[in-house]
Amino acid sequence: MSRLFKIIAAIYTFLATSFASAESGFWSLNMPRGVTEVSNAVYDVHMLMMYICIAIGVVVFGFMFYVMFAHRKSRGAKAANFHENFTVEVIWTIVPAIILLGMAFPATTSLLKVYDTDNPDIDIKVTGYQWKWQYEYLGEDIKFMSELRTSQDEQYGRVPKGEHYLREVTQPLVIPTNKKVRFLITGNDVIHSWWVPDFAVKKDAIPGLFTSAWAKTDQPGVYVGACTELCGKDHSRMPVVVEVKEEADYYEWLAGKKAEAALYASTIGKDWSNDELMQKGKEVYGISCAGCHQAQGEGIAGIFPSLVGSSIVTGPIEDHIGILINGVAGSAMQSFADQLSEVDIAAVIHYKRNSWGNDMNDIVQPLDVLNYKQSR
Amino acid sequence: MAHGPSENFFTRWFFSTNHKDIGTLYLWFSFAMFLLGGAFAMIIRAELFQPGMQLIKPEFFNQMTTMHGLVMVFGAIMPAFVGLANWLIPMMIGAPDMALPRMNNLSFWILPFAFAILVSTLFMEGGGPNFGWTFYAPLSTTYAPDTVNYFIFGVHLMGASSIMGSINIIATVMNMRAPGMTYMKMPLFVWTWLITAFLLVAVMPVLAGAVTMMLMDINFGTSFFDAAGGGDPVLFQHVFWFFGHPEVYIIILPAFGVVSQIIPTFSRKPLFGYSSMVYATAAIAFLSFIVWAHHMFTVGMPIAGELYFMYATMLIAVPTGVKVFNWITTMYKGSITYETPMLFCIAFVILFTFGGFTGMMLSIAAADTQYHDTYFVVAHFHYVMVAGAVFSGTAAIYYWLPKWCGRMYDETMGKVQFWLAFIAFNITFMPQHFLGLAGMPRRYSDYGLQFADWNMVSSIGAFMYGGAQLLFLFNVIRTIGWGKPVEDPKVWEGADGLEWTLPTPPPFHTFSTPPVLK
Repeated sequence: MSRLFKIIAAIYTFLATSFASAESGFWSLNMPRGVTEVSNAVYDVHMLMMYICIAIGVVVFGFMFYVMFAHRKSRGAKAANFHENFTVEVIWTIVPAIILLGMAFPATTSLLKVYDTDNPDIDIKVTGYQWKWQYEYLGEDIKFMSELRTSQDEQYGRVPKGEHYLREVTQPLVIPTNKKVRFLITGNDVIHSWWVPDFAVKKDAIPGLFTSAWAKTDQPGVYVGACTELCGKDHSRMPVVVEVKEEADYYEWLAGKKAEAALYASTIGKDWSNDELMQKGKEVYGISCAGCHQAQGEGIAGIFPSLVGSSIVTGPIEDHIGILINGVAGSAMQSFADQLSEVDIAAVIHYKRNSWGNDMNDIVQPLDVLNYKQSR
Repeated sequence: MAHGPSENFFTRWFFSTNHKDIGTLYLWFSFAMFLLGGAFAMIIRAELFQPGMQLIKPEFFNQMTTMHGLVMVFGAIMPAFVGLANWLIPMMIGAPDMALPRMNNLSFWILPFAFAILVSTLFMEGGGPNFGWTFYAPLSTTYAPDTVNYFIFGVHLMGASSIMGSINIIATVMNMRAPGMTYMKMPLFVWTWLITAFLLVAVMPVLAGAVTMMLMDINFGTSFFDAAGGGDPVLFQHVFWFFGHPEVYIIILPAFGVVSQIIPTFSRKPLFGYSSMVYATAAIAFLSFIVWAHHMFTVGMPIAGELYFMYATMLIAVPTGVKVFNWITTMYKGSITYETPMLFCIAFVILFTFGGFTGMMLSIAAADTQYHDTYFVVAHFHYVMVAGAVFSGTAAIYYWLPKWCGRMYDETMGKVQFWLAFIAFNITFMPQHFLGLAGMPRRYSDYGLQFADWNMVSSIGAFMYGGAQLLFLFNVIRTIGWGKPVEDPKVWEGADGLEWTLPTPPPFHTFSTPPVLK
């Protein structure tokens, strides 16, 4: 008996510590408590519901197991013949209804918190693309893409997986502590869903609509989330990473971002060499194009066209720029005008025209892209 | 003049208008689809055994999750219960056959073609449907592979088959009952199927409407679901779930019926609250029409809508609770034995109720912010679909097969299969709750390292569960071919109902003259 007791105690300790741990680490059993008022409210209502369910389960299953044990034929149980009892039926209709009424109250108050998106300090527009996120700081003139940084080699097991496998992005979203940040969420192509578990923020990113959510936290740190609406083949490869900085650090970061943009603008007019373009283009291709057109430009038959010897890649430069700027309506080929800079677009076009056996020997400059954009 | 089945294999099975033969066809078809859908699941679990892409490519992974869902829902579970209905409803209400036997033939023979069309897309350029069994637009329209048109055609065919099958059941139950078999004397399986058939007739056309709008968007330039043309992607979800939520009750109500037949038999005691079971079924069916948007808590509904759908969803717990309490009270003071069908039914009650608990948690809209579209949801609906519908279907086969073929299954093998399935099921799906809560979204072909441990456990459970089904197949074939002849024509000591009054095995035509009800 004492051994049994020890086992039960061990299981209990294991469960209790696992539930108590806010860290979503290995063998984790429960949702994180999170770092915002909303996530705490959600966690509390989740735990409350779970305890109510466990309590009901103990009573109902306890009775059932007793019946299963006590009223076995092999123990000599003789079957009674009673059935139909109106009073009993009324009782077990009304009692659950009363429990539900009790649940409705915390369920409603927690939902009101989720929906309390008014009067934000900062507005950030979040746009879902196949398969990356774009963050735009409204009123600040800052906009960037956030894409998966984990390499194909790691995904296909050619090199060991890093500690942050599928949880690392090119640039995280950065927000300050102690400010109410409102996320205005939309989609560019298909429906995505923007989820940060530690904020209890999950809203669908739907083309043509805006949904909203909010977060305010006093705890700096890096919070990782995910896309939760099936959005195509790389659905699991567009993590959400949010970095919460102390207020002062945030404004420093913001100023740095602006300076970076200004510095960048000065490089557009520069004459880029073949080597510079090829190097930059390869980098951009790996992040923005290889997901569909594949590492060697071979594409996937029937879904994503091959770039090797394709009529666009071997045709006039202007058409090639055009397809990147405008996209192809009704296909997965999106417009990159808002996603990539002029330098990136020029470099990647140059790279495609001079790789994998494509040998166009022409040079595409950022200025060409800018001119194309301005001529529209 | 009564006569037996045609001697010619082809005319017997292809031209059959006999409810027993068509029932058999439905059941074998559904088992074949169950194995096919299961094979897709094995591929999914094999890929998810470890983080990283080991066996297949992400685009094929999405085809597997989609086809697994479609094949299991439309190919395995629904036809299985239609097969049971075909075999049992005429025998339970004292009718000689289904009301519309030729339509019965047609509604079955559409299915193999529908699924041949659907599955053939896997071998076409661009691959099969890859947008999930819920096929949300615009992923399933503007961004879908060209084969989506085959998918749409296949869904139309399945819908036509289901509608014909339900009309047949409604016509049979309403017109062919033996004299004295009033509605409130019908076995609960007949009741649940009657209500299910009405649900099917009501919502299958809605599904047809959804796929037709997709077809128009894809091929004829309309913009029902395309925001760029003034349409609304969320409209698709409303239309789909207006079909989709009743659909899950279409799957589970006949399962309730099966359990309500089997538990009294092995408790040797009548069902505790027959009439309240009937009313609870009707109440669940009604509620199923007014809760659909709880699948859409994250689309940004106004809070009033969100609150309404939350409250309405919570209400479902009441009639469902009534059912569970009635099953348990039926066992109370019974004289219980644990043959294989009873084991599956008890597991049904426990695990379905567990799925009901997670369902109640999911109904809380604020908490759904965290649960939505994660493995928590996957775990929830497999508890109600697998431990619910599949377990009860398995119980039904073990329960009625000896009656149908006059031969007894191997009890030991049945029990081994039960324990294997029960344990493997929980190893597979219990950890998926933890994965979901820890933050793993569903339909992920790859995942971060923090999810590796539970995924491996889940995969091992899935392979075991797959193995248990092969044992089931073997046991069924062994029973039909070589099983020991049943001694007692009633088969089960506690069995009650018209079907047990027939000879074992029943002749090709039964109740050509209606039975007299006491």
